[in-house]
Amino acid sequence: MLTLRLYMLQRLSALVMVPLVIGHIAVMIYAVQGGLTAEEILARTKGSLAWAAFYGCFVLAAALHASIGLRTVVAETFGWTSKGLDIFSLAVGLFLSVLGLTAVTAVTL
Amino acid sequence: MQSFRSLLYRFSTMTTLPSSAPDSTVTKKPTRDVLLVSIWRGEADEGDFEAHSVPAHDNQTVLDVVSWVQQHADPTLSYRFACRVGMCGSCAMMVNGEPRWTCRTHVSKVADDGALTVAPLRNLPVIKDLVVDMDPFFDKWVAAQAVHHPSHSRADPMQPVSTQTPERISANEAIECINCAVCYAACDTVANQPDYLGPAALNRAWALINDEKDAARQEILDAVSGTGGCHNCHSQGGCAHYCPNELNPMASVAGLKRATAMRFFKGR
Ligand code: SF4
Ligand code: SF4
Ligand code: FES
Repeated sequence: MLTLRLYMLQRLSALVMVPLVIGHIAVMIYAVQGGLTAEEILARTKGSLAWAAFYGCFVLAAALHASIGLRTVVAETFGWTSKGLDIFSLAVGLFLSVLGLTAVTAVTL
Repeated sequence: MQSFRSLLYRFSTMTTLPSSAPDSTVTKKPTRDVLLVSIWRGEADEGDFEAHSVPAHDNQTVLDVVSWVQQHADPTLSYRFACRVGMCGSCAMMVNGEPRWTCRTHVSKVADDGALTVAPLRNLPVIKDLVVDMDPFFDKWVAAQAVHHPSHSRADPMQPVSTQTPERISANEAIECINCAVCYAACDTVANQPDYLGPAALNRAWALINDEKDAARQEILDAVSGTGGCHNCHSQGGCAHYCPNELNPMASVAGLKRATAMRFFKGR
């Protein structure tokens, strides 16, 4: 159910997320400390390629990581195998990517 | 068919009644000299626990108890054992819900207030009573390439092997497996994912990866990288907790994960 490739994808996506999560939390704390309003935050993120790349990577890594994790949960809980499982994992990955990227484009474009 | 003697025994002592018998007819409270033993009879989907009262002794293994039932109460009871000293790996059963090598499990260590429930090993198809079909277990050893691949023939001179290399030390740590399937029965990943190769086969695969005399170490890594491979292990350690020989299959599986990951980075 988890092949070497899926295992590596999940570990590597976790590795990508580590600095991004730390960066995300650091920025949140900084923004709250300074008492920034939503407008002020959007003024900084709009049009910023750096923030788009930062959160774009975050979203893609999270979607990859979560879809492989849920694949295991579903396989072991409901006994799904092969095709159904692949379709489920892909659907979860795509759903999370679209959801996340929509948010990223909304604040950066 | 039950023998006349066993039927007579049951009838005369009123001690071996089906578990569904009304409470008033069975002595529920365990006494010091009697064990209340519940043994699975039948096949996987059809059968029931059968209650027996077995004389208790100071020094008594679970296998002694099962043998007593077979010899004195019900000769039709099927179960496996051979060596009785923890070497052959054939006597494993579920005892009070946990997998044990029964020939070396003392009743005093596992009885619950004088009560024992003995069932066939988990995660394997039941043939009859306490006997399970070990084929799926050993088929997975083959699927994991956990078989020796000779690198020398008998015509070659003997290959000296150092006992001090890290690889040999790792191989030695994994080698004393008696194929009892206790770890396989303890593994929740096997229970939830029937094609998972399981701790014992992967443990042997790891021993062979570290064996400089094995000629197919890359093939072993391929074999443990598929859908039922080592990457499915959740590292919760049920296998290591229950292995009667105190092996650590979880650590072996982790070794395989490391070795396959290293190979992945090297682009193989
Ligand atoms: S550590 Fe891995 S192999 Fe051992 S019981 Fe848990 S899932 Fe099974
Ligand atoms: S690893 Fe331990 S529990 Fe598993 S089959 Fe070998 S001896 Fe038995
Ligand atoms: S009878 Fe051989 S290990 Fe128990």
